Amino acid sequence: MVTQSALPLLPIGIVFITAILIMVNRSNPNIREFWSVLGSMLTFGSVAFMVPTVWHGGTITYTLSTIAPGISLNFRVDALSLIFGFISSFLWIFASFYNIGYMRTLKEHAQSRYYTCFAAAILGAQGVSFSGGLFTLYLFYEVISIFTYPLVGHHQDEEGYAGAKKYIVYLVGTSKGFLLPAVILTYVMTGTLDFADNIQTGIFPRGSSNLWVSITYALFIAGFAKAAIMPLHNWLPSAMVAPTPVSALLHAVAVVKAGVFSISRVMLSTFGTGILQDSGLGLVTAYFVSFTILVGSIVALTKDDLKARLAYSTVSQLSYIILGVALLDNSGIVGGLIHIINHGFSKITLFFCAGAIFVAHNKRKISDMKGIGYAMPFTMGAFALASLSMIGVPPVAGFVTKWYLLNGALEINNIIIVSVLMLSSLLNAGYFVPITITAFFQGKGSKEPWSPRDIKEAPPTMVVPLVITALISLFLGFYPDFFVRLIGNLF
Amino acid sequence: MPSYLIMNPFGFPILTTTIFLPLVGALVILFLRNDRAIKITAFIASLFALGVSLLLFARFDYSSALFQFGEMTSWIASYNINYILGVDGISVMLVMLTTIISPFAILSTWNAIQIRVKEFMISILIMETAMIGVFCSLDFVLFYFFWEAMLIPMYLLIAVWGGPNKDYASLKFFIYTLSGSVFLLVAIIALYLVNGTFSIPEAMFKGYSFQFQFWIFLAFGIAFAIKVPMFPFHTWLPAAHTEAPTVGSVFLASILLKMGTYGFIRFCLSIVPQASFYFAPLMIILALIGIIYGGLVCLGQTDMKKLVAYSSVAHMGFVILGIFTFSLYGFVGAMLQMLNHGVTTGGLFLLVGMVYERTHSRQIYDNAGLGKITPVYMFFFGLFSVSAFAFPGTNSFVGELYVLIAAFLTNRIVGFFAIIGAVVAAAYMLNLLKKIAWGREDKRDIQDVSLREFIYMLPLAVFVLWVGLFPRPFINVMETTLVNLAMQLEKVSH
Repeated sequence: MVTQSALPLLPIGIVFITAILIMVNRSNPNIREFWSVLGSMLTFGSVAFMVPTVWHGGTITYTLSTIAPGISLNFRVDALSLIFGFISSFLWIFASFYNIGYMRTLKEHAQSRYYTCFAAAILGAQGVSFSGGLFTLYLFYEVISIFTYPLVGHHQDEEGYAGAKKYIVYLVGTSKGFLLPAVILTYVMTGTLDFADNIQTGIFPRGSSNLWVSITYALFIAGFAKAAIMPLHNWLPSAMVAPTPVSALLHAVAVVKAGVFSISRVMLSTFGTGILQDSGLGLVTAYFVSFTILVGSIVALTKDDLKARLAYSTVSQLSYIILGVALLDNSGIVGGLIHIINHGFSKITLFFCAGAIFVAHNKRKISDMKGIGYAMPFTMGAFALASLSMIGVPPVAGFVTKWYLLNGALEINNIIIVSVLMLSSLLNAGYFVPITITAFFQGKGSKEPWSPRDIKEAPPTMVVPLVITALISLFLGFYPDFFVRLIGNLF
Repeated sequence: MPSYLIMNPFGFPILTTTIFLPLVGALVILFLRNDRAIKITAFIASLFALGVSLLLFARFDYSSALFQFGEMTSWIASYNINYILGVDGISVMLVMLTTIISPFAILSTWNAIQIRVKEFMISILIMETAMIGVFCSLDFVLFYFFWEAMLIPMYLLIAVWGGPNKDYASLKFFIYTLSGSVFLLVAIIALYLVNGTFSIPEAMFKGYSFQFQFWIFLAFGIAFAIKVPMFPFHTWLPAAHTEAPTVGSVFLASILLKMGTYGFIRFCLSIVPQASFYFAPLMIILALIGIIYGGLVCLGQTDMKKLVAYSSVAHMGFVILGIFTFSLYGFVGAMLQMLNHGVTTGGLFLLVGMVYERTHSRQIYDNAGLGKITPVYMFFFGLFSVSAFAFPGTNSFVGELYVLIAAFLTNRIVGFFAIIGAVVAAAYMLNLLKKIAWGREDKRDIQDVSLREFIYMLPLAVFVLWVGLFPRPFINVMETTLVNLAMQLEKVSH
């Protein structure tokens, strides 16, 4: 059941107005940040408003303008778009509070630019999630790139410029060099850029040249470099020079998820599972991203800088999502897509913790955090919980992902993928568990006088959000049903 | 009235009025002494021209591919030379571009021009008359008359009000364009000898012998390629742009360059179609070289104005590429890129001029780090520079998308080469943008955009986003004409 309605414009419009209001009220920090918080809540509200329609199997579409025959600025709300739209708008609320604590405590410069670009990046994320065709998707995908650029280079020092340069070269270079020709080749072969209603058929006509379909597909995978699939992952660790809330929301949720979401969208709604199955491209993709899953984890093992380790963990975890979708069976797709949500909550918690440690104790290196759990029990407790989710330990959210992914791999009897999943879980444990052990059980080796009597946490606007997101990770491990059923509407 | 003309529905000759209103303004200025009064008169004259051209737009019949608002009077009867005017979907857009850009360009000169204001404004207004005239003329002699009439005021703009190296630049400009015009004149006379008339529409799709078409194409081609400018005839452009005053650069980039591409689409394609097919591979290769080479040269620039000038070479390459795919997508894309380049590059030149008025330097380093000092300026600069590398949501992206679709439909290799150019464009524009916003930390005393400057930048900014998000209204105006052109060419190709 397809409904024509301008509703998908609502969240996008709200974020747009929020960004303008932030810019207009740049001289008054309290009002500026009020708009940021209010805007995030209203955005989430407007996304939530569309859930019932999709929950009952409906799809909302809206065409704003026609660019060329078959190309339009159009919007589409289905289960897939809601997954990403939900997580990016919901976590923006937490990030808005967290931002206030972080930016004020550290007395960061250029805060108005920061908040404006932050909102504009969310605008891009909302646009990507509700895009109804490749034209719209490409537009908002680029909006994210351009507005996160000032956020990555926020500190405007040598390191910041270098990180931001790498960031923009990777992201815009790939989107212009690979994604744009992929979009055009799709149009040349199919005569449309709109997404298909059915994830089996896609938009490519039967009998399309196999060679060109494969080339186009490869260009898409390379073009969405935000997904950080190796070898196009290097921008992500470099982007960690950004202030931590940026790393948290944008590089754990909005930016990187825009990449994996776009790949999932293209795989399901442009190519369709049928053509990917027949041509074997699905399995090729699964093997290809398996490499990233394993190597990303191995590199994470070697990093002592907490944010760098989290960054490589993100590189590795993002590929789970693509792996799941690439399995092309229902369990795999559910496992992949639900990881957008699960990884979102868990990873934002981990980054929030990293930022809180930095704000409260000015520590970046894991080796300097011996015994820090005594001084920051809430933060490190949340960290422990979220890292269990990343490893995939029940009953935290990440377990649900692993369960569905393993099911998906077993359904197609693929022992290689099963082994990859098992091995990667071990690796995840290998780089996450030591952090918790360092924080709670190595207090004696520390130079710092940590003690439980001397609790020194970050400001409450930072600690409360991270505790809540950690608890939601736990909750989603117990009650994953909502999102599983929502994704089920795709089939 | 000949069959290719549709009667003018207005009670007065509207095209003649649009063309000569600026000239009337110039005549009035002759009798004025006060600089301020001169400036205001020039501005008002160009506003009147804009107003009348809006009437054109309002009454334009989208469904017809014929020339509308036709006027025809005998001029030199012994040679069958007539004063024929008319616009179709292609030329009406370019007339609009001219009348829209001109008042803004005049506004931009308010403080920049301090010497010989009277002569300056007269030159500008004569230019405007000639530019509109070129796009409306349907008689070769009339066309040639306007085409050449533009040369002198443009030469004066560079030679009198130009930068330090103005003598070299103005002479180079003059010699290049004049030598192009000589070829144009030869082609026009050759066509007259065959047809016995100077009427342009009557010369179209006549099925001349291939050999005749071959030579005519070459003559036209050289004239227009210099004007566009296409690689390897582009060297006059950076020199002229850097030395010209801001308004000169704006006219050059926004409108004069379009006369070259207009010439290709109007004359080469419909008068010598077979030769156009024959030369298409060469033209496409030259366009690709222009796109990539122009971009690479931009990467190395330290002078803002030169960078924007070289980017024009790349952008115009996309227009030529679109035209010589002979497909509707290509034509629409080429037309859109002509308008987009007019607005975006014109806007960038205006912005460079603004900062030049304040810092008296065009060097990127001298104008770097404006993000905190002049935020409003930075907003406009950001918008126009992302538009210049075809950022989605801006005007150029739609045009480039059409051209790229046409290129990929014609030949995928050509498409991939054009993509390289698009990537390079992103590289040099983003690099420039980063330096201007962030390049320096020190505080300097630079005024942000004034109200007058805001007034002329805002409409251009609106256009950038409007065409980027809602391009259909613009495409509809020219579509019928372009469909007709594509069909005629299709017929000829069999």
